[in-house]
Order: sequence, then C-alpha cells, then structure tokens
Amino acid sequence: MTEIIKLSAVELAQKLRAGEVTSVQAVQAHLDRIAAVDGGERGVHAFLHVNAEEALAVAAEVDAIRAAGGAGAEALHPLAGVPIAIKDLIVTVGQPTTAGSKMLEGWMSPYDATVISKIRAAKLPMLGKTNLDEFAMGSSTEHSAYGPTRNPWDLDRIPGGSGGGSAAAVAAFEAPLALGTDTGGSIRQPGAVTGTVGVKPTYGGVSRYGAIAMASSLDQIGPVSRTVLDSAYLHELIGGHDPRDSTSLNEPVPSLVDAARQGLSGDLTGVRVGVIAELQGDGYEAGVQARFNESLEVLRAAGAEIVEVHCPNFKYALGAYYLIMPSEVSSNLAKFDGVRYGKRVIPADGPVTIERVMGATRAAGFGDEVKRRIILGTYALSAGYYDAYYGSAQKVRTLVQRDFDAAFEKADVLVSPTAPTVAFGLGSKTGDPLAMYLNDVATIPANLAGVPGISVPGGLSEGLPVGIQFLAPAREDARLYRVGAALESLLEKGWGGPLISQAPDLASAEKEGVA
Amino acid sequence: MAATTESLVDFDEALEKYDPVLGFEVHVELNTKTKMFSDAPNVFGDEPNTNVTPVCLGLPGVLPVVNKTAVEYSILIGLALNCKIAETCGFARKNYFYPDTPKNFQTSQYEDPIAYDGYLDVELEDGEVFRVEIERAHMEEDAGKLTHMGGSTGRIQGADFSLVDYNRAGVPLVEIVTKPIVGAGKRAPELAKAYVAAVREIVKNLGVSDAKMERGNVRCDANVSLMPKGADKFGTRSETKNVNSLRAVEHAVRFEIERHAGVLEAGQKVVQETRHWHEDTRTTTAGRPKSDADDYRYFPEPDLVPVVTTAEWIEELRARLPEPPAERRKRLKAEWGYSDAEFRDVVNAGLLDAIGETIAAGASAAVARKWWMGEISRLAKNADTDPEGLGVTPATIVELNGLIEAKKINDKIARQVLEFVLAGEGTPAEIVQKRGLAVVNDDSALGAAIEDAMATMPDVVAKIKDGKLQAIGALIGPVMKATRGQADAGRVRELVLEKLGIEG
Repeated sequence: MTEIIKLSAVELAQKLRAGEVTSVQAVQAHLDRIAAVDGGERGVHAFLHVNAEEALAVAAEVDAIRAAGGAGAEALHPLAGVPIAIKDLIVTVGQPTTAGSKMLEGWMSPYDATVISKIRAAKLPMLGKTNLDEFAMGSSTEHSAYGPTRNPWDLDRIPGGSGGGSAAAVAAFEAPLALGTDTGGSIRQPGAVTGTVGVKPTYGGVSRYGAIAMASSLDQIGPVSRTVLDSAYLHELIGGHDPRDSTSLNEPVPSLVDAARQGLSGDLTGVRVGVIAELQGDGYEAGVQARFNESLEVLRAAGAEIVEVHCPNFKYALGAYYLIMPSEVSSNLAKFDGVRYGKRVIPADGPVTIERVMGATRAAGFGDEVKRRIILGTYALSAGYYDAYYGSAQKVRTLVQRDFDAAFEKADVLVSPTAPTVAFGLGSKTGDPLAMYLNDVATIPANLAGVPGISVPGGLSEGLPVGIQFLAPAREDARLYRVGAALESLLEKGWGGPLISQAPDLASAEKEGVA
Repeated sequence: MAATTESLVDFDEALEKYDPVLGFEVHVELNTKTKMFSDAPNVFGDEPNTNVTPVCLGLPGVLPVVNKTAVEYSILIGLALNCKIAETCGFARKNYFYPDTPKNFQTSQYEDPIAYDGYLDVELEDGEVFRVEIERAHMEEDAGKLTHMGGSTGRIQGADFSLVDYNRAGVPLVEIVTKPIVGAGKRAPELAKAYVAAVREIVKNLGVSDAKMERGNVRCDANVSLMPKGADKFGTRSETKNVNSLRAVEHAVRFEIERHAGVLEAGQKVVQETRHWHEDTRTTTAGRPKSDADDYRYFPEPDLVPVVTTAEWIEELRARLPEPPAERRKRLKAEWGYSDAEFRDVVNAGLLDAIGETIAAGASAAVARKWWMGEISRLAKNADTDPEGLGVTPATIVELNGLIEAKKINDKIARQVLEFVLAGEGTPAEIVQKRGLAVVNDDSALGAAIEDAMATMPDVVAKIKDGKLQAIGALIGPVMKATRGQADAGRVRELVLEKLGIEG
C-alpha cells in the first residue's frame, strides 16, 4: 500500500475511478502512514486529531456509490474518496477544533465551516486536524500549545508556520491534500520549506466562514498539495461565493484546473513575469537566491518575458502588517473569555468576579505569542495612538496595493522567493520574535493587498527545499496555476521527478532515531 | 455609593440660576424577522437562549452578514427624522469586555452613521413646537440580557452568579442621538418626555419597531447638564441610563436638574458619570465614571463591506414613508370632530392609536374618547401604568358600548363589567350574563321602586310638577339603590314623567 500514499490527489482520483484502488484502501493507507510516522518522540506530529472512523465511513460510502455505478457514480466529485487533512483552525462538526490553543482544548464546534460543508458534499474523507501555531500566529508551528510539528526533510527543523501541520502532513505522505489558512504567508511559507505547493487565493475567493479569525482582513483559506494541479482541483472545490461571508466575492470560481493543465505543457510564450526587485538580495540566503535565479532562467527558456518591477513600499509592509494584524487579533480573540465555551479558569485566590475569571482564563489559556500580539494590537488601537499606528498602517496598505497595481501594469505575474531562508532549526528563533517575523517578508504584501499567491518547489539548498512564489492580480488566480504548473513541470524534468521524491525516507529515519 | 452628600435644590429655584442642556440617546429595537447580523429569529419573550445561532453567540469562526431589512428600517427612521442618508457607510467594532456581549465587542457604526443631520419638531402639551436637532441615527446590535442572582442590588457587583440570555444578543438597534438641546428652560422635563414620545410615535408609525417601552423596544439615555443662566459653555453632564417609560424620562430629567443644582450650589463639581434610574424612589444613583476618553478602541469592522445606498433605493424608501404623525394628528382631529382641548388631551395621553383602533373597530369617536380618556385612564392611573398597558381591546369597548346602547346595562355597570373583563372573567356579554348584571328593564319592578321614592319625597315631586325637571335626579338615587344599581336612569326619568302626566 506504500504506493498509494505516493500518488498525487489527481492520480489517486484516477485510480479510484478506474476501480484499481478503493477509497477505503486509500484512507487506510494514509491512516497507516500517520500511525507510522506522526507519533512518537521524533514523529512528524502533523496531526492534532486523527479522524479514522469517519474518514473510513465516508470512504466506504464513496466506494459503494462507485460500485453501484450509474448516475450516482457519475455525479461524484472528481476528488470524491481522496482523503484530506484539515488545518485545526477550521471548525468541524464531530472533530475537536483547538486552533492550536489550550483555550479551545476539547471544544467541539456545533457547526461546519463552509469549506468543510463543501468537502463533505464532495465526499472527501477527512483524515483529521493538523497542527498549527496557536491561533495561526507564527512561522514555525512552534507556538502550538500541543508541541511543534517537525519538518519531514529534517526532523530537527521547523515545517514553517502557521500551517506547518498541513504542509508537513502532505510532505510526509500522510495526506495528499490539506487545507490551510494564510494571513501573512501561513500556507505559502510552510509550502516553501517542506517542498510542497500552497496557494493563498484572492481575498474573498474562498469563504472564511468557519475559519477561526486571526486577522479578518488578511485571512484566506487555501489548498495545500504536492502538485499544482492537485491544488487547482481543491481550490475549485472550496472556492466561490458564500452568503455567510460578506467579504466573499460574488462571482463564479475561475477555471483553475484548465489553467494548471495549460501550464503543464511548459509553454509560457508571451507571459510577462515581473521580478520584484525588493524581494531578493539582502536578507535572502545564497542558496535561496541561487534556486530563484535558476527558476527565472527556466521561465525565460519557456518563453516568458522576464521584467524587473519595483515595489518601493514593500519595505514598509512588514511593519504595517504587524500593526494591522495584531489590531484585528486583539478584537477577534476577545471572545475567548471563559464565559461561553472553551477553557475557564477560576482565580486561585481572591474574589471571583467576572473580570478576574476572564483575566485568569486568558492568562492561562493563551500562549506568549498570542498575548504579545493581543497587547500590541490593543496598544495600536488605543485612543491617542490609533492614527499613528493603525491609521498609518492602513495608509501603507494602500501604498502596497498601488505598488502592486503599478507592477501588474508591467507584468502578468510577479515572482519572488517565497521565504528568505530554508527551514531553520527548531528552537533557533523562538527567543527572537522579530527574526521570526522577518521570515514572512515576501509573503505579507499579498495579504495586505488581497492578491493571490502560490508557492511551488524550486529545488534544494543544503538539502532543504526552496520555494518560488508567484503573485497575480486579484481574481486572476488562474495565472498562478498556469505559471506555477509550467515551472513545476519544467523543473521536474531537470530533477527527474517531483522534488518531494528526494525527501528522506521517514519510516527508516524513525527506526534509526529509535535505535 | 456617591461620596458627596447630595442635597437637591428645588426645581424652580434651580431654573432661576441655571439653564439646563439636554441630550438624548434613544435606542430603538427594530422588529425585523431576524437579527442584525445573523438569521436567528428576532422574537421577544421566548425561552432563554433559544433564538440563537453560532453567529449571534459569537462562536469561533463565525462571520456577520448585514440584514438588509434592518438597513431599510434604519433609512426609514433617518428619513422620518429629516436626516441626510449616507451614500456609503460602514460598521465599526466597539471593543469592551462584558458577558452580555458574546464577541466582547459590539458591532456598531462609528464615524459614518447611516443617517445624520436631521431634526424633529416636538409638540409640547400646550401646542408649542420645539425643534430638536438630530446629530445622527446609526445601526448597531443589542446585547444579551443579564440577570444577576443573589446580592441585594440586582447588579453584577455582589451577585452570587449571573444568568445570561442571548436571545436579545444581535437584535437590530437604531441609536438616535440628538445634538445638545439648549433653551428648554423650565420645560426641559416636559420636552424630554415629549421628545421620547415623538420618537416612539415615529418608529411605531413607520412599523419598524414594536415601540413598547415596557419591553425595552425603545430605551432612553438622558444626558443633563446645567450652566449658569446666560452662559454658553456647557456644564459637566451626567448620563442617566435606561430610563424606560415616558414618565420616568420626565422625572429623571427633573431630578437630575435638581441634583446638579444641589451639587453646584454646594460649591462642588458635577461628576461626569452614568446614573442609574430608580423608578420606586424617582431618584438616580451613581453608576460608573464616564469620560469622553472612554477607550473602546473603535476600528472599522473588517468582516463587513460598506453599505451603499443608491439614490434610487432611498427614493423608493421615501415613497414608503407613512403620513407623518403631525399631519396625521391634524387629519384625525378633523375627522373625529374633537375640540382643541379634547384632542390635545388625547394626544398628551398618548391615546391617538388606541382611539383610532377603537373607532376602526366600530365605536363612534365620542364613545372611543369617553372610554379611553375616562374609565380606562382612571384604571391605568390606579394601576400605575399607561392606559394602553392595561390590555383593553377595541372589541371590548365596542361590545360594552353596544350593551349600553341596547339598554342592557347602564354606564355604571359597564364600568364594573370592564374591571371584570380585565380580571379575565370573559367578554362583557358573558360577564353580564354570568353575574346577572343586566339592568332592570321591567317597568313594573321599576314602577314600584319609583312610587316608593316618590312617596318618601313629596317635596321633590312637587318641584317636578312645578316644571323643575332637574329635580328628577333626586329620585334616581333611591331608585338605583332599590334596584342595586341595575336601573336604566333614562327609563326612570321617562317613567316618573309618565306617572306625573308631564310631557318629557
């Protein structure tokens, strides 16, 4: 059954349709893989909850429909029966949702996120919930209250964050597909450092209903996979207007699968690719820069026109992000107070008043990084500081959007390294929040402007994956799939197969670790 | 609670030295089918925590969606208050921790209210019109309802535990804020009552709110400050929260004027604070200190897109506006044929709608007025409530009047029957039947009683014979007594004249 887990989602779906593999077999293979590599002291620890029973039941249902044939089988979604992992920030009926926080330990949502309803309707068995930095705040998954996830390429390194669990699960063949959320790079940066594909859709392209809000104006749910085409299928499934999300775009989902298939031909003739001058060079590791430069050559060889674009205000983006995001965080996380659900802490001594219960609950329930951002945001929104901090940051946001507008006059897509470094060592940056924040310098501008972005594998540096990021104008997500798939197919020709096949064999590494 | 001993200064004395400045924040609960940002039902009085969804409970991951009908109702209110309607306006988050607010922020409007710069012409009891400038009317959501158990004050401090009902959480509100109202002088308390009554009348007339103050559909926060007569710099204000009846608004403003004057006369400073209104003692006590710098960390609600109002939409809504209450009053006065004084009394009693409904149910204008302004108002006063709060239906009045006209009962019996109706004994006809209250129409029984009366009062009989017909009244009393009040006075008079051979 090891063969099954190595298949891409699209390949697995074809085998399911052809009757070569059943969905129950597929789900079981992934559950076995999770059992083999996820647990233990040096396990990947991508999953916070494994949903075996329900996943197998959904798989059996798909198999039964398929076996019965006829209209029922015809009507199945192309991804029906293909298992998927869900970032534990997205609420699910029947499985706990913790947001990686002690605050929600044991909490069961009474409702499904809109994307979960779509996944249920399409009958993708849900393997479980994946680890993340607490409330999606972090770039390494080390801020999870349930312990860090390890990078399958090197178990002593971080898998990126906040969606390290989803990326690592896909990279470690524990799931062919996963859902992530991206507020400042939480899908793309983990994709980059784990050698997987991650997409942040256009803001409003995928409903946020049921994704526990970190920063509402920046959050987007998106796909995580090992191939660009797989992400395109998943993106089409979860995208589209949702009347429960006022910020969701009221327009049809673009044809992303078609765009990815077009890209796989490897022809980019006439496509203008803008290299963002500000997102390379200083601060970017040499190995990262080298893989990036090689990718540009590949794109040029495929017929793309490489142009340089300048985004002078991007240098303020990180600062603006760390005012807007915490401001929204301070308000969005106010609801976690022990009154209605989740953790409640009664103060050990002194009077039990509502304020003291709320205070004790939040003191015990939130980790340091969450508290740091709540305090920062509360300060930034305070009377007398609002204009200087939140107000100025919103102005920068407008300037960043204008930089994008100007850049997209010259280019159809923009390109940069996804992250300035490869995966760093576990614990190496936890004591230095600013250094950690800098890892998102290239991904944050897209969130501020609401434009879509994709990270695709761009090769290895010192044996660790490097990600290449493409950005497109809002609503032009299809361009990302075309260019991303083209780069993927061309680079894979050079590598002689997917980058992920060069990853170390976790099962044997696990044995060595134990020995 | 307050550190200073507060002695009051008599209202008239206070007004000799100080000019009051008023300001009102009136919250109107809209009667939309669903809540402001969720599809939970907006229904009053259901079992606690049944009209809730994940959205109005603020569960993790939920998002708000604006109720279009609530926006339309808000625009209607704005138009009726002669406001400008914003072309686009957004929502903001007002951040504060309190357990009746599930998200620990209230979604409200801050810098860009949907309606602004309006006015309302308020008619006082003597017919004088006072223009109140409206600063803004904005949309927001209501909080849940807390019930504090244990403790003596009913407040959160000192309570053993508190219960919260989120049925009300997220109910659409429009908050109407006046500009400072200067120049009301001694009429300030009266104006306060008249203003709130006028707002209530407007929203009721628009059909956008049930407008029942006793249910909290219309709630008033009254701001009062005093400045020395002739000054133009406002004094420090107090804000008396949740003054929830028209009479209470009047009393609260009056009390605060007397209290402020007392503080100022004692050489102390008025503390800027919220005040709690106590209906039983008709006084206020200090709440929490409030300053203009209360930091709610407002910022634009990122989960909602701005509301855009097209000119076309606004005109469509403007066309839906019902007849304004002032014009309606003019029309009704003519239709009902009341005198100026009669009509003003009806208006001041807040009984236009009740009388209108009673007329619509079949009563004459005179009969409707007689009942509402008479017996029903008297009963309401005894019960310390508003006449409409008694629960008398137009049908009851029509039925009672029908019984009188059919001479089955007289006025006095009818009044008793009304009390039995209110006690839940049934319809008027049923009660008359059950209790055997029908008047004595039997002329022979009446005749005997009349003859007895005439026999005991020969002097009265003599007067009548001399043509002083009003003397008949003296006979009616004993006859009523003899028939235990069930005689028809008109018939008694007829029979007396008949017996004496006088043409009536």
